[in-house]
Amino acid sequence: MSDAHRAIDAVWRIESARLIAGLARIVGDVGLAEDLAQDALLAALERWPESGIPDNPGAWLMATAKHRAIDMHRRSKRIERKHEEIGRELDSRQEMTVADLDAALDDDIGDDLLRLIFTSCHPVLSMEARVALTLRMLGGLTTDEIARAFLIPEATVAQRIVRAKRTLAEARVPFEVPRGSDRDARLSSVLGVIYLVFNEGYSATAGDDWTRPALCDDAVRLGRILAGLAPGEPEVHGLVALMEMQASRLRARTGPSGEPILLLDQDRGRWDQLLIRRGLAALARAEQLGGASGPYALQAAIVACHARARTGEETDWERIVALYDALAELTPSPIVELNRAVAVSMAYGPAAGLRLVEALGAEPSLRTYHLLPSVRGDLLLKLGRLNEARPEFEHAASLTRNARERKMLLDRARSCINGASAR
Amino acid sequence: MRFMVIVKADKDSEAGVLPDQKLLSDMGKYNEELVKAGVMLAGEGLQPSSKGARVRFSGTKRSVIDGPFSETKELIAGFWLFQVKSLDEAIEWVKRAPNPVPGKESEIEIRQVFEADDFGAEYTPELRAQEERLGKQMAANAKR
Repeated sequence: MSDAHRAIDAVWRIESARLIAGLARIVGDVGLAEDLAQDALLAALERWPESGIPDNPGAWLMATAKHRAIDMHRRSKRIERKHEEIGRELDSRQEMTVADLDAALDDDIGDDLLRLIFTSCHPVLSMEARVALTLRMLGGLTTDEIARAFLIPEATVAQRIVRAKRTLAEARVPFEVPRGSDRDARLSSVLGVIYLVFNEGYSATAGDDWTRPALCDDAVRLGRILAGLAPGEPEVHGLVALMEMQASRLRARTGPSGEPILLLDQDRGRWDQLLIRRGLAALARAEQLGGASGPYALQAAIVACHARARTGEETDWERIVALYDALAELTPSPIVELNRAVAVSMAYGPAAGLRLVEALGAEPSLRTYHLLPSVRGDLLLKLGRLNEARPEFEHAASLTRNARERKMLLDRARSCINGASAR
Repeated sequence: MRFMVIVKADKDSEAGVLPDQKLLSDMGKYNEELVKAGVMLAGEGLQPSSKGARVRFSGTKRSVIDGPFSETKELIAGFWLFQVKSLDEAIEWVKRAPNPVPGKESEIEIRQVFEADDFGAEYTPELRAQEERLGKQMAANAKR
């Protein structure tokens, strides 16, 4: 890539979300806004390498996109059938002039960004579509980058985005921030999308790498942006806290040759204290806003227990059990139960934990979840029941789609044969 | 990746002259923009070097030198820590910063922070062995 192209890439990453959001309010259609923004990007790619990057590249892109919108609008009036769709949208907003457009854009861009986030995470879309659209429109990622992050073909991502834009248009999803009772459910969809992106980076469900930190960075950045846009929402800060503190462990989570290192084996000196401080501050904000018992804030509080402990032995497992109790009550799920079982085993011994894990054995939703046999194997190992632990690790290895994790589990299975602890 | 963005000292910052109201408010706005974009991890302004000190190392000896230090242009007056995707993105952000010395010439320096990945390769036994081989080869070549 040439210097100019790299610089344009950088400008795009900074400006694209605001550009799309501003345009979406004008044309009322997120898909069309994104197309206009992409057109402006193409124009920049054509002109900037020669003319140099303008002093205010964001304004240049916006002006270009606006002119294009007006061109389309005029043409649509001439060739009415051909651009019926665009025409209808623009006509419904009356005759537009550049001055109108400028005035429209002078409104707070933050509101537009918030509208854009809510729209791209709209429940009318599939989870995959929400993720792709959010990374593309708010994260400024290219289709190719999204494809590489999720290890899927680029064509699949492109198709997903096209279909998502069509779905939004067909469902006539308004470009707005939801109010009232709808707002909580919609906000939790937004948070869910961001956390899904983070988790895919934090423990990749598939592929050769155990973590994909770039994806975590994208998610944390989206979370920080959201926290700036909706500073009064405690759960947004809860999610940011959770992600910052989990991300603080990223560099300690992988060994020299890419193998996973589990929490209690990690070198805590390699935890990123800056991210921990940021996470604790975000958690404090969530709590100040009265959100200590929100699901993300609770999870953040659990992670904070680890972050505050200087050594594994100092971990306040009893508090972690209590937090999991609260979380299980709020969002009951077998996965929360499994995590709670681990905490119980740490606080009250492996036998107590194993009893809870056994109770989960019949849970259908966990049948293919590799961490269930993995945890069971771990607890059996601690109880010295090596012959029973080994098949659990082997079973877990057969269930994970992550190559690094599979190797670690098979190593642990093997260590049971040798009678040595894998820990 | 992370970048440290370094604002250099000038005569005024070293004299302890505080930035004027306009610069403060411009910087405030810029910082807000950085935070809202999820880019700024940290940032601080530094007091003049007269309030600082240096510890000089000479073998096993340490001696303390009190500020101020004379080479003003080599000193730093503040920094940001950015989290961005590329050096280019850091550059684009810095271009949007207000001139720290309004109306005059000044420079802001951008330096990449080492991260785990940068060292990661060093830790793998294979690569270390490879490097040793290369080193031996170069030494052998030099002798020829």
